[in-house]
Amino acid sequence: MTDEPDRDTELLLDLLQRMREIRLFEDTVKEWFSSGLVRGSTHLGQGQEAVSVGVTAALQHGDTTTCTYRGHATVLAQGAPLDKSFGEILGKAEGLCGGKGGSMHLTDFSVGALGSFAIVGAHLPISAGAAWAAQLLGTRAVSVSFFGDGAANIGTFHETLNMASVWSLPVVFIIENNLYGEYSPIAVTTANTVLIDRAPGYAMPGVRVDGNDLMAIREVAMTAVERARGGEGPTLIEAMTYRQSGHSRADPATYRPEGELDAWLARDPILLLEQRLAEGGVSETRLADVARAAAENVRSAADRALSWPEPDPTSRFDDMWVNA
Amino acid sequence: MTEGLQARFGKRVRDTPIAEQAIVGMAVGAAIQGLRPVAEIMFADFAGVCFDQIVNSAAKYRFTSGGQTSVPLTICMANGSGAGFGPQHSQMGENWFLNIPGLKIVTPGTVEDHYGLLRSSIRDDNPVLFFTHKNLFALKGRVPAEPSDEALIVLGQASVVTVGSAVTVVANQQMRHRAVEAAQLLTEEGIDIEVIDPRTLVPFDMDTVITSLSKTSRLLVVQEGPPDGGWGATLVSRVASQHFELLDAPPTLLASDNISVPFAASMELASIPDAARIATAVRQLVAY
Repeated sequence: MTDEPDRDTELLLDLLQRMREIRLFEDTVKEWFSSGLVRGSTHLGQGQEAVSVGVTAALQHGDTTTCTYRGHATVLAQGAPLDKSFGEILGKAEGLCGGKGGSMHLTDFSVGALGSFAIVGAHLPISAGAAWAAQLLGTRAVSVSFFGDGAANIGTFHETLNMASVWSLPVVFIIENNLYGEYSPIAVTTANTVLIDRAPGYAMPGVRVDGNDLMAIREVAMTAVERARGGEGPTLIEAMTYRQSGHSRADPATYRPEGELDAWLARDPILLLEQRLAEGGVSETRLADVARAAAENVRSAADRALSWPEPDPTSRFDDMWVNA
Repeated sequence: MTEGLQARFGKRVRDTPIAEQAIVGMAVGAAIQGLRPVAEIMFADFAGVCFDQIVNSAAKYRFTSGGQTSVPLTICMANGSGAGFGPQHSQMGENWFLNIPGLKIVTPGTVEDHYGLLRSSIRDDNPVLFFTHKNLFALKGRVPAEPSDEALIVLGQASVVTVGSAVTVVANQQMRHRAVEAAQLLTEEGIDIEVIDPRTLVPFDMDTVITSLSKTSRLLVVQEGPPDGGWGATLVSRVASQHFELLDAPPTLLASDNISVPFAASMELASIPDAARIATAVRQLVAY
């Protein structure tokens, strides 16, 4: 057991690198949008990386996720390649979805990322259905659905939690509670802002966790995933976190009280993990190496994606039907 | 509709809460993970409750993912007026979905078609909306005692129900039967109509309609449900714009009244095309 701390440290350094890559990915996308390189809108998740990275670190090959239109982090955390993810956001032929989905629909079935959904709450039953298939087919796969606090007020949340619980499905529900539903603070839209209070209503465990603490969220996810895989049914996890940017490209987020952003920036998940690692004896040089490697990976992936061609317009007719 | 299925198929058949969004959404999730689910949501009117899962999840999953997956899902529901179920249990929901590419739409009008098309729908790798007309539940017909591929019916193949040369009458489900009644009335007057049942609205068998029009040069489409924005209007439009040279009379749509479906029999029955009104429309086309 003597090498245990080192193995843990190596894993955490890997997860730190992934978080840094996701952060830089989002920063790059933001730049591209500002400079007009990308069309439409985008929804960035700087500050929320620990939730996706911590939860997916608890998954095995064959497990699946679904997430929201603020879902770049989840799809990347699960292992989707940086370049193809960039490519999709740029609308390139080599993008994950061939340019048909864009920023709000990153999907990579090859790593179990079953999709990002642009309709609030729509993917909760999709994950529960994937879990039902796993249960019927006996694959022992677990499904995880990531969604925001806003989705906790929509019908599919209630329908799906009830059905998942009554069927004991191997699914884990992760609320990324970033305190705002679009432009509205949670207390304005939600009668009881403690969202795990809903778990007992659906006869499942509810756990609230610091969503900026990677190790804490991974721990909670491991318990929930094990419970799901063991046939004991779903868990509701509420990860408390913060969206460092606005709701979408067009939102300067002026509705936030003064000082709130600064307080959360001081609790940035990347910063917290680096502090933890430094306290555990990891050198500054090592942390700088991780940061450099992440930056290099993101930069080269971005360059590749930018160099790819636009889709042939005739490819728009592909993928509408199977055997049309 | 589902009697005996659970006893026969065990855990593959599940009782659900009344939660259409979860029923359809979970069926989509299961479909992309290797199953071939059939979701039963009872009345077609309830499709409104899970409209998002049908049009945004099921219909678009393959496209949005760039072909990474497919959704071999069949959603069954009962449509149709004329049985006294009132405004919220009598609608022809199929027309709501015509504007959503990615969904096949099946509307059988006989027992044999129901059997053959349902099995083909389940085998199809695309999402299929399968509508059973509630006023045809009492129809009798023959289905194989054991599952038989010979009884399968390919989606997108119309059936020519009566052969005639005066007018092509395209009608499905309840209207198909009323068109056949009208054909009998008109035979006594020496007018022979060709009744075509498209059976599936997506894909739509245009070839059979055009072949018939080459012979009759007159088109009457009979569509249960309000006239605007439906398959009947689409068919009339396509024939008028693409096959104008075939026509000797204006292509015509006979639809239900443009109102909600009323409950009282006197009002409800008056709002839906019947054999007499179909016969009148045919006579007008012949006299044109």
